[in-house]
Amino acid sequence: MDIVNQLQRQYVDFLSSLYREGLLDDQFLQIQKLQDESNPDFVNEVVTLFFEDSEKLLHNLAIALSVDQQHVDYQKVDACVHQFKGSSSSIGAQRVRNICVSFRTCYDAKNLEGCLRCLQQVKDEYYLVKNKLQTLFRLEQQIVAAGGAIPIMG
Amino acid sequence: MTVEETRASSGNDFDDFPKGMRVLAVDDDPTCLKLLEGLLRKCQYHVTLANQARIALNMLRENRNRFDLIISDVHMPDMDGFKLLELVGLEMDLPVIMLSANSDPKLVMKGITHGACDYLVKPVRVEELRNIWQHVVRKKVDPKSRDKSNSSYDRDQQGSEGGQGPAVTGNVDQDGKSSRKRKDDEEEDEENDQDDVDPSAQKKPRVVWSIELHRKFVAAVNQLGLEKAVPKRILDLMNVDGLTRENVASHLQKYRLYLKRISTAASQQANMVAALGGKDASYLRMGSLDGYGDYRTLTGSGRLPGTGLSSYAPSGMLGRLNSPAGVSLRGLASPTIIQPNLAQSLSNPAFGKFQTIGSQAHQNPNFFQGIPSSLELDQFQQTKSTTQVGDFSAIDSHRSFSAATNSFADTRAAVNSSNLLGTGPSNPLLLQGNTQQIQNGLGFVNQSSVNVPSLTSDSFNVGTSGSSNIMDDGRGQEWPFQVSKFSSNPLPLNEPFNTAQMPPNSMIYNSSSSSIHIQNSPMQFPSNSTISAPIEDSRGEHQGGLVGNFVQNVNQLPNQRFRQHKQDYTNNSNNAFSALSTLSNSNGGTTPFSQTVDQDNGGYNRRVNGSVSSIMQHGETEKSPMNMKMRSTDGYILDQTKSHGGLVPNNYDSLDDIMNAVMKRVQTF
Repeated sequence: MDIVNQLQRQYVDFLSSLYREGLLDDQFLQIQKLQDESNPDFVNEVVTLFFEDSEKLLHNLAIALSVDQQHVDYQKVDACVHQFKGSSSSIGAQRVRNICVSFRTCYDAKNLEGCLRCLQQVKDEYYLVKNKLQTLFRLEQQIVAAGGAIPIMG
Repeated sequence: MTVEETRASSGNDFDDFPKGMRVLAVDDDPTCLKLLEGLLRKCQYHVTLANQARIALNMLRENRNRFDLIISDVHMPDMDGFKLLELVGLEMDLPVIMLSANSDPKLVMKGITHGACDYLVKPVRVEELRNIWQHVVRKKVDPKSRDKSNSSYDRDQQGSEGGQGPAVTGNVDQDGKSSRKRKDDEEEDEENDQDDVDPSAQKKPRVVWSIELHRKFVAAVNQLGLEKAVPKRILDLMNVDGLTRENVASHLQKYRLYLKRISTAASQQANMVAALGGKDASYLRMGSLDGYGDYRTLTGSGRLPGTGLSSYAPSGMLGRLNSPAGVSLRGLASPTIIQPNLAQSLSNPAFGKFQTIGSQAHQNPNFFQGIPSSLELDQFQQTKSTTQVGDFSAIDSHRSFSAATNSFADTRAAVNSSNLLGTGPSNPLLLQGNTQQIQNGLGFVNQSSVNVPSLTSDSFNVGTSGSSNIMDDGRGQEWPFQVSKFSSNPLPLNEPFNTAQMPPNSMIYNSSSSSIHIQNSPMQFPSNSTISAPIEDSRGEHQGGLVGNFVQNVNQLPNQRFRQHKQDYTNNSNNAFSALSTLSNSNGGTTPFSQTVDQDNGGYNRRVNGSVSSIMQHGETEKSPMNMKMRSTDGYILDQTKSHGGLVPNNYDSLDDIMNAVMKRVQTF
């Protein structure tokens, strides 16, 4: 069907751009491969969990870094960023993960200003990739609703 | 043993291994956990998820054979992944793969030293997981590759188990036997012969040295005169069917060591009592700290699968036990070791002594302060234990169970010395000493006497509890297994505690052990939480006797608090744990905790675990100041002394109860 093809093409193009821009990496592809008949909603489940978890982490980070210089609990910051790094890399959110890496240098150096900067950056990147992924899912739903199959990227 | 056999024996219904391999995945990050699930399912493994280490431990303790492999994240709020690694290795001897977003070589090294089979870096790819089954096969097929101290243990396992994983309780008895005889060639031969004769047999007849049997033995020995007591004649005098000269010979050896230890202990005790007179806590502390420091050096890397201990405890049992002990000794080692002793004490005529010790214990409620003395004791004990270790292994579960009482006494001493309560640092050292004693088995009597001084200390109580639990645990076949496990696991201490209380605990052996550790953990459990846990649990439950008493006493305060304010507890526990500062986690943890607490699972352990876990999460300092402090940080331990002091008296009173409980268990078992 034309509409299905169109949607599918749209989907492929969109996803390719995400890879190209570095928002997603190969890991996301791996996750998609894990989705099959026995696990039809796997990607969506994982990504949803990622969103929930990330909101929490970002919230905790904001709290941890909202105190003055002397009272910053860098351990807590470390724990949050570490987890964020792990989950984002598991999802394939490459840019988010990279920010986490530089975030680490900031809190290792106990650089509050640097940490706040990194926090903002990681937030930006996170919301960006979240947005993109939600768009991607919407496209998928449309394709399925139109009776088509979601194209699998090689 | 082929893979199929192994799998079959392990309860796996799948014939096309590695498909259907049962994996337990532990990760607090829900995203990663979900991903892991997907990946593992893709490999066609059977997956179970746990988002908390505590939950995972509970599951494992409930049934060691439920899983073939564990994959665990390193960074977890409620428990350090490495600790879980240690515990699993010690208690269950299952392959553990570490997982982390951090690829720092130092962490990888830490994983290795703690005994991880592999270390994967997130994000994990499906290809990496396709090969992890090799670790399962490797463990089952080649247990001897494990450290030498475990070798005899493993050997036994292989021979007797016929395909069961090393952790199988069935092997426990056998392993206990073989491990025991480390030093003793004769014993070893005996064991070996037995093993060789029927290598594929699932069960080898094990002589359980029940109290009656032991009494007969002692009567025979006394009749003949210790110098003249030879196995053949003892056997004739005892006139028991099914008892072989070899059984008697090994038991006699242990008994001799035990007597030696008692006499030595008696003299030491005198010294200790004198030393304790002034209650020089500070002095003691110092002493213990030093000991601890030394111990640490000893233990070195996280896991010393028996290598560390092997020097002391030649017995195979120690192999596995030892290693954890080594590790645990850092914080908890003693608990495991104590177990063996306990078992022995039970069966020993020292039983009477045990009681005596108890009374002494009462007298000196503040023994805890005297921990430094215990340190001395430990040294003493250590020597003793080495010899005895071999004996211990000879003790079958039954015996161990009974002996546990003895070891209980020792444990107590050991515990005290180990500074479970406050001396933290010293504890590891002490624990070791104690552990050895326990292992020696023969030391039971001695242990009791030795322990007397330490009984008074709070830590002592903790230890005893642990030991008592051990006994219980050992009741079943598991006991021998446990014993060994204990040495390695800090937890074991805790376990005995739990198991003793509940007969069903034997099943939970694993879990209880873990719970025990946790509870007693101050010594053993590096993760602070363990210590507090027991206390809490004891509240609710009336543990068998040993455990119950101990637990109750110890945990009274915490329990109450816990029950009423679980939330608070968890929050508090944060402090205790020191490490755990995640409130969010603690909240989460509370749930499991409450669950466990509320549940009246067969195992006390569960509860303990629950409480423990909660403790762990929340690092509640109040509850088990002793425990928690002990484990989490060296510094903590010092603080605990206070709380222990009060507890001590309680425990001792229950000694008789404990003994009774143990006895009952033995009989029921």
